[in-house]
Amino acid sequence: MVQNNKVITAKELTKKFGAFTAVDKISFEVQKGEIFGFLGANGAGKTTAMRMLCGLSLPSSGEATVAGYDVYKENELIKKNIGYMSQKFSLYEDLTIKENIRFYAGIYGLSDEKIKEKTELLVKELHLEGEEKTLVRALPLGWKQKLAFSIAIVHDPAIVFLDEPTGGVDPITRREFWTLIYEAAERGITIFVTTHYMDEAEYCNRVSIMVDGRIDALDSPANLMKTYSAGSMDEVFLQLARKASRSE
Amino acid sequence: MNQFLVFVKKEWLHIWRDRRTLFILIWMPVVQILLYGFALTNEVKNSRIAIFDQSRDLSTQAISEKLAASRYFNLIKNVYSYKEIEATFRQGKIRLAVVFPNNFRNDLLHTNHAQIQLIADASDPNTANTLTNYASSIINDYQQSLTQNEELPYTIKTQVRMLYNPELKGAYNFVPGVMALVLMLVCAMMTSISIVREKEIGTMEVILVSPLKPFRIIIAKTIPYLIVSLLNIATILLLSVFVLDVPIVGSLLLLIGESILFTITALSLGILISNAAKTQQTAQFTSMMSLFLPTLLFSGFLFPVENMPIPLQVISNIVPAKWYYIIVKSVMIKGLGFSAIWKETLILVGMTAVLLGISIKNFKIRLS
Repeated sequence: MVQNNKVITAKELTKKFGAFTAVDKISFEVQKGEIFGFLGANGAGKTTAMRMLCGLSLPSSGEATVAGYDVYKENELIKKNIGYMSQKFSLYEDLTIKENIRFYAGIYGLSDEKIKEKTELLVKELHLEGEEKTLVRALPLGWKQKLAFSIAIVHDPAIVFLDEPTGGVDPITRREFWTLIYEAAERGITIFVTTHYMDEAEYCNRVSIMVDGRIDALDSPANLMKTYSAGSMDEVFLQLARKASRSE
Repeated sequence: MNQFLVFVKKEWLHIWRDRRTLFILIWMPVVQILLYGFALTNEVKNSRIAIFDQSRDLSTQAISEKLAASRYFNLIKNVYSYKEIEATFRQGKIRLAVVFPNNFRNDLLHTNHAQIQLIADASDPNTANTLTNYASSIINDYQQSLTQNEELPYTIKTQVRMLYNPELKGAYNFVPGVMALVLMLVCAMMTSISIVREKEIGTMEVILVSPLKPFRIIIAKTIPYLIVSLLNIATILLLSVFVLDVPIVGSLLLLIGESILFTITALSLGILISNAAKTQQTAQFTSMMSLFLPTLLFSGFLFPVENMPIPLQVISNIVPAKWYYIIVKSVMIKGLGFSAIWKETLILVGMTAVLLGISIKNFKIRLS
């Protein structure tokens, strides 16, 4: 139920913990099929903001909708329509690939036939035929990462949240991972990704940079580099983040 | 419903794939029962004694034979002086010495003033008491056998009946205790570890973002351990009945019902701990300290609660195992029905309701 193609809308979204304002009246919109990068230094409020959008915590004030549903009142509907991939890849090492897929697809309510169908599809896409019964523990990191992403979107959500998905992975594998992300975006899935790697920021359609709980910049990487006369997103980030008074 | 079942299935896989822990979970009650049944016991048997017989007449020999033949005593030597007695005690070779004075039989038959001295090693006061009691009763037996045909004036015959456990088997006491311990361990500790593990490996976040309701997550996590516990109870009961000869006198159904109740109590405690713990190690340690240890000390199966100072007795009231222990003893050993244990059952139900309420409420939707 996405209105006007806006998969996320946030207006003056705020989160306070007692006297501390973690997220300070942020406002932004994300379009369907966009790859939206959510950047910021540690302690800037990225994770807190994302938690509110995922339905993991209630905002203190402000408005937001995700996949067209209100974060205050339609929490359950939001959960059905989003995917999530955590930093630690959220896979069970002592379960096989097939069992992991079955589990996550199952808790999103996919029917048995659908699960079977999806499993075959996923395995083929990731070139893991014959490995269905391998324990995830045995997979190399790059494969785990790709598997985690595929599983995060197994239920074809409107939007998928990726929390620093490429930690600890070499650049080539990261590039392959981003190929997967592009493919998903082309299928109409909106990508909301937080990352520390500024070169990945350049892969995004638009990027926002949070500093001290506020959004200090929101534009396409190209425009940002022009605005801040920077040669790379790295420089843009440094310019903005240096002004921060908060750090973890 | 399907979502829920998928989760339960996953939990099963986790338990099944962790062979080592599974092995311990299944075999632990067996080992405990066998250990307590055959190796560790607070019954006193085969205690080593020495006899100092200064008379060496018919009576002293008869009594000595009776003592030596008793399964409680093991006569290891005859000594010939008090000095030797002292030395033997100091060497720790005996726990009891029996001393017959000179002219014992003479005194016994003619002056009504026969005496026997029992010297016990009271550095373990309980055992010392028990041993002197055993010895005294054996001596009394002999005395009775002498006066069989005579009617002595003012004799009181005390008739002793040991209810529920006439053979005074220690097993009757500790089987209920082991049941409480095992259930606490399997349910509370393992459940809390299982929940915290999800937090540690980062999958908990994903699950919480999913449409699966937190309540169902908890229940799904506890069901496999519920089943393992039932298996454990069955194992313990089978072993008790067929290997240790401890019968189930009361209703088996009632016993199982109460055990399920206690299992749920233990599970709620496990959930409560998992809410507070951030790592599996913390969960394990907290479970050990706050659940296992109090169960061991305050349930009443190792140390009688009535002997403890009042403040500790009050504390023991909040240990769920204490109530469960009373219930199991009442049903299994004494064969009592529900009417006898409704109070304790109510207490357990109350505790469970409160614990479940708190722990589910606390099951934080916000991860920290």
